[in-house]
Amino acid sequence: MSSESMPIAGAGNLPGAARRVWLETLHEWLITVDHKKLGLMYIGYALFFLVVGGIEATIIRIQLAVPHAHFVSPEVFNRMFTMHGTTMIFFVAMPVLFGFANYLVPLMIGARDMAFPRLNAFSFWMTAFGGLLLYFSFLGGDGLYGAGSAPDVGWWAYAPLTSKAFSRGHSTDYWTVSLLASGFGTIGTAVNLVATILSMRCRGMTLGKMPLLAWLNLVMSGMLLFTITPLTAAQIMLMVDRYLDGHFFDTHAGGSAAIWMHFFWIFGHPEVYVLIIPCFAFVSEIVPVFSRKPIFGYPVMVAATVAIGGVSMSVWAHHMYTIGMTSYENAFFVLTTLAVGVPTGIKIFNWLGTMWGGKIRYAPPMMFCLGFLFQFLIAGLTGIMLGSAPFDWQLGNSYFVVAHFHYVIVGGILFALFAAFYYWYPKMTGRMLNDTLGKWHFWVFLIGFHLTFDFMHIPGLLGMPRRIYTYEPGRGWAIWNMIATIGVAFQIAGILIFVFNLVHSYFRGRVAGDDPWDAWTLEWATSSPPAACNFAVLPEVRSRRPLWDLKHPEDPDWKYE
Amino acid sequence: MGRSWGRGGAKAFAVLSAPLCLGQGTSPRPGNIFAPASTPAEMIYGVSVFVLVITGIIFLAVFGLLVYAAVKYRRREGDDAREPAQVYGSDQLELAWTVIPVIIVLVLFIASARVIHQVQDADMPAGTVQVTVIGHQFWWEFRYPKLGIITANELHVPLSGTQNPRPTLLKLLSADTDHSFWVPRLAGKTDLIPNHPNEMWIDPRIEGMFLGQCAQYCGVQHAKMLLRVYVDTPEKFDEWVAAQKRPAAAAPPAGESAAAGRRLFETTACVACHRVAGTRAFGRVGPDLTHLMSRATLASGAAENTPADLRQWIEKPDSIKPGSLMPAMNLSAKELDEVTAYLLTLH
Ligand code: HEC
Ligand code: HEM
Ligand SMILES: [Cu+2]
Ligand SMILES: [Cu+2]
Repeated sequence: MSSESMPIAGAGNLPGAARRVWLETLHEWLITVDHKKLGLMYIGYALFFLVVGGIEATIIRIQLAVPHAHFVSPEVFNRMFTMHGTTMIFFVAMPVLFGFANYLVPLMIGARDMAFPRLNAFSFWMTAFGGLLLYFSFLGGDGLYGAGSAPDVGWWAYAPLTSKAFSRGHSTDYWTVSLLASGFGTIGTAVNLVATILSMRCRGMTLGKMPLLAWLNLVMSGMLLFTITPLTAAQIMLMVDRYLDGHFFDTHAGGSAAIWMHFFWIFGHPEVYVLIIPCFAFVSEIVPVFSRKPIFGYPVMVAATVAIGGVSMSVWAHHMYTIGMTSYENAFFVLTTLAVGVPTGIKIFNWLGTMWGGKIRYAPPMMFCLGFLFQFLIAGLTGIMLGSAPFDWQLGNSYFVVAHFHYVIVGGILFALFAAFYYWYPKMTGRMLNDTLGKWHFWVFLIGFHLTFDFMHIPGLLGMPRRIYTYEPGRGWAIWNMIATIGVAFQIAGILIFVFNLVHSYFRGRVAGDDPWDAWTLEWATSSPPAACNFAVLPEVRSRRPLWDLKHPEDPDWKYE
Repeated sequence: MGRSWGRGGAKAFAVLSAPLCLGQGTSPRPGNIFAPASTPAEMIYGVSVFVLVITGIIFLAVFGLLVYAAVKYRRREGDDAREPAQVYGSDQLELAWTVIPVIIVLVLFIASARVIHQVQDADMPAGTVQVTVIGHQFWWEFRYPKLGIITANELHVPLSGTQNPRPTLLKLLSADTDHSFWVPRLAGKTDLIPNHPNEMWIDPRIEGMFLGQCAQYCGVQHAKMLLRVYVDTPEKFDEWVAAQKRPAAAAPPAGESAAAGRRLFETTACVACHRVAGTRAFGRVGPDLTHLMSRATLASGAAENTPADLRQWIEKPDSIKPGSLMPAMNLSAKELDEVTAYLLTLH
């Protein structure tokens, strides 16, 4: 490889950047098949729904702040937690992660686009359609409580609550069809990512020299292909039950409620790993750069990811320890569930090993990564507690579970996402996010997160079940609920700072240059933002850190790999 | 023995659980899972403490290492611009942090499997009290098939001594959607799933009332599907059984408003949904009212069982439990007084 072929200085802006009327711009975005534009659209779409889901969460928390509150009716409360859960998983977490994957994977493997750009656009629009359809239910749901009601069956939609007998009207149908639609989009994206990563890598980039981000997204996509399928099948069966008098889940006609649970969780548990693995990917890219060391134990990290992907397919029934499985079944799922902890632990130790002996720079991306590490550690440990079936007989379906998974999803996933925003925003926009605002965002949000979710474990230990719209005084739950609600105010403040930073920096931010973090992977070798073709000349690599080799010709990585 | 680790770790755990005890004095919080009062809850408590201690140690170790690395290896003022030594990995370390977790996982697995077996595969002695629990949207029906008792929302079980254990076996059924029976101090939860009978058992060691509630989302009023378990001494339990077996209170003397109430009760839709043994009321949609006055609460704990609350409930159930499946019957004030007077005779 010669250093001339590495366009460090970027491809420059290609012609056509002249001023256009906004209608043309809109048109261009609507018909685009460019992976970067689609990535940004996914991200923008997810941020919008993050705000919507956040408003729902705020309503839930206000209602629960004190016992016997009358802020919303039970009907509205039930719709709020159903919509909140469904929105956050399917229309925030998945799209935002697909957005980053879309944007970053081709750049990091030195490709010009995804393998199937049109499929990519199709997937995005299916997902977008799904989310809009779900929210249309507020206007057209016509559920149990008359016109204009959204789904209220919980994000697992357990049978037989979803049958016609208990869920009249169409609110459940909106839920079903919107997930079916976005599910097709998800499968499209998964196929696309697998194809891209397997066949579009630049010259020299063997599988073993791929950035971890590409590896982890490969595993994530592979998992999606296996896990979205049962969800889709279950949705279709539910539709058949509701409209063609099928009896899959209709318990009055001999159907089985437990079968729905199995279908749902065979999807549902791997799904949570589908969400966390791309976040592992962000951390695995950011921690090395800010510690100034290569990732510790690259092959083990890859192996651990593959192991997590595999084992996490066999643990689903730990969400069902209380449904009356035999002692052998329960014991089996304890073993598999605890086993996932091993590769997960290995990852944490490897990140620690990466930091060890480094020179850690605490800019916002690294601060959020550190928050991720601490919080994910705790979340994993509460996961182990829940994984021990007897403990789960007490904790399952209590506020402890709610605290556990928010620890993973907010403390883990959202923190890693914030890290990713601070880290790649300069690449996406050409400008840096403001550092001071970033630090404020970090601390305010951190305080809010811990106020809300640390204290939320306690009412669970004191017997408070989840999904209740109100509770009695005198059970020792009130104070913890109040603290949890106060935390929300801090979280909202943190998000507002973040959104302000996103907008403000877009216009006023410091110009980033191509490689503001002195990083090592290919996306930093092109201009910020990259031109439509990504790279004027396709790069060629010899190691996992092509830019390190370039910057340190006296001590290149490829000598050691 | 499952419980022995529990005892050992319990002291260490007292420190961790301090926040749970704030302001608690001597009486534990009603739903505290760390204050078990029956064998299944106690065995779960034992393994929980064990898991907590192990995870606590892991937490301290990894947390400590993370803080150490984050502080020690930060970039300092006046550092030179040179990159630190580039280290790519270490097979010994990787091996260590694979093998140690594997061992921990196996230990936790064995500890859990043992309690799973002890709780789920326990044999019930002769003399076990049998209760069929039927979950309804949004109340509990309790049937004692051997004793011929039907009641609702407030379960009575006998105290189970260590000398002569007298556990209660609960057979869990559902009339509609999924529910879950959870009384944290007595046992873990088990779901009531239609068309999928389940079982669980308790053998309470402490006399008194234990609070619980439905722990599986079952619809609008899932929140107010509360549950009380009264653990009675054997004598009191037998008294209760005898009282429940008696037929409904004798018809009130004609001319009193209770008599008018009874006539009204038996000629409106009440009888389609409620049963009062020995009368024309034998509906099964709502709770059995034969001994309504023996219960402390109404509508699954949604209100106290006082004359005022009872009247309000009959007038407008939604004002106490919006979305409950009992309709308001649009009775006049006089009729309400009469029906209430009648119900107040159902001791
Ligand atoms: C359509 C069926 C239906 C009718 C008609 C009906 N009820 Fe009910 N009733 C219920 C249900 C269901 C409940 C349990 C509600 C809950 O807890 O969610 C209930 C609960 C009650 C309770 C509380 C029982 C307890 O153990 O806590 C009383 C008292 C009661 N009903 C009285 C009446 C009276 C008096 C009438 C007639 C004026 C009446 N009901 C008519 C269905 C009905
Ligand atoms: C070591 C890792 C983990 C273990 C052992 C673990 C274990 C568990 C168990 C046993 C439950 C079921 C509790 C119950 O419902 O009774 C649970 C719930 C949950 N976990 Fe984890 N978990 C781990 C990591 C994760 C991760 C990485 C995520 C997300 C990215 C996650 C998200 C969730 C969610 C969303 C639920 C609740 C679903 C619901 O009830 O609505 N967990 N976890
Ligand atoms: Cu899971
Ligand atoms: Cu319920």
